Amino acid sequence: MGKLSSPKEPEAAPARKRFSPLAWLEERIDLAPMKEFVRHKAVPVHKHSHWYYLGGMTLFLLIVQVMTGILLLLYYQPSESSAFESVRFIMTQVRFGWLIRSIHGWCANLLMALAFAHMFSTFFLKSYRKPRELTWVSGMLLLALMLAFGFSGYLLPWNTLSYFATMVGTNIAGAVPWIGEFVLRFLRGGESVTGATLTRFFGFHVAILPALTGPVLLLHLWLIQKQGMSLPVSVEEELRRKGTPPASIRFFPDFLLRELMGWYIALAVLAGLAALFPWELGVKADPFAPAPPGIQPEWYFLFMFQTLKYIPAKIGAMDGEVLGILGFGLAGLVWLLVPFIDPGPANSKWSRRVHQAGVFVVIYIVVMTVVAYVFKEAR
Amino acid sequence: MESKEVGAETELAPNSGTVFQFGTEPALLIRTAEGELRAFSAICTHLGCTVNYDAESKVIWCPCHNGMFDLHGRNVGGPPPRPLPEYRVNLRNGKIVVTKGA
Repeated sequence: MGKLSSPKEPEAAPARKRFSPLAWLEERIDLAPMKEFVRHKAVPVHKHSHWYYLGGMTLFLLIVQVMTGILLLLYYQPSESSAFESVRFIMTQVRFGWLIRSIHGWCANLLMALAFAHMFSTFFLKSYRKPRELTWVSGMLLLALMLAFGFSGYLLPWNTLSYFATMVGTNIAGAVPWIGEFVLRFLRGGESVTGATLTRFFGFHVAILPALTGPVLLLHLWLIQKQGMSLPVSVEEELRRKGTPPASIRFFPDFLLRELMGWYIALAVLAGLAALFPWELGVKADPFAPAPPGIQPEWYFLFMFQTLKYIPAKIGAMDGEVLGILGFGLAGLVWLLVPFIDPGPANSKWSRRVHQAGVFVVIYIVVMTVVAYVFKEAR
Repeated sequence: MESKEVGAETELAPNSGTVFQFGTEPALLIRTAEGELRAFSAICTHLGCTVNYDAESKVIWCPCHNGMFDLHGRNVGGPPPRPLPEYRVNLRNGKIVVTKGA
């Protein structure tokens, strides 16, 4: 039997070297392209570049959601008879359970706020223009997924507010012509909101939605890496006039450290809110008790909720609510397709109209949300 | 046809209402200020919240979207598109019995 020879014969009397994990890895995997990427990746600097941090901060909050969600999962029980009790147990018996749940609740809200801010900054800087149409579309899909996370997670504590929010939300889906009936039954797991709905929403919240979010998020991040940061139109024009390349900083470590400061601020705000204003549990849902006065959905659904209040019962031959729901559906679709609706040069008349429409959307959302809060108890 | 005994006649004061389980759904029994008993489905015809009797304004009220029904279940304010289905109320040996269907 011949002696097996190793691919690399040890050198004669090797000098004792300090062990380096990176060197160990490099002997096995070619890290050169990755190192090259990190060395050369740059982020433009200009008067609007602070908007670049919002996406990363949203990602950070999503990571917090995953981690606190996993911790809650250790104690939560998704059934009609024990969901509320298990959350109460988390909040009263589990060490730091109240804090973890409070962080999860607050973080969901901050995440939505940052995601909206990120979306509107992208919109007003027109970063969706060619070649970044798919980044916009994948971002909008992520926003839709986040709303679905919010809606499904809201039911899980099985309290009065979440019960009726789910009743209304699923009924809205049910009012959509043709497919509504199927969607309603699919979401509820039956005719009404019951324990079957709760179990189902739990499945959506912890399995189906994460499974869908993973690939879309990876696509979104990959596109951003692939194409780099978008330059705002005004900055791009100025550079073209001057004929100079954009000023930039290195991604690693300069941008990353600044981004980490953004994460740090987000964490501070989150920790402050979660510790000082613990997320409430409310009263256990009772399907045979009247809805409590002043009932409202989460704030990020409020502008739609408030609009539905103003639409009359009948518009022509159609139910007002159906028209309202179709209107919001259409608006969402138009918003999703913005890069294709506004593909032209950014200073064209049409493009300015799109910008104005965006301003109108922001004003509408803000006004309706404020009105919903101010007139909460008003009839 | 489905019936349910909701309680003793003396239990419900004039100008008040109570929500009770009727089969798999919530239902509303009211006694008007004049003393008449009426029962309706408590599911708002707008988006399905459970309505309640509002003694102050003497209407059936849905807090979710401010829907209002009069004391015959007719949609009279806010977004509800249809009236509330009404059920029959009978008194049997001093007990209130609510019946739906046929």
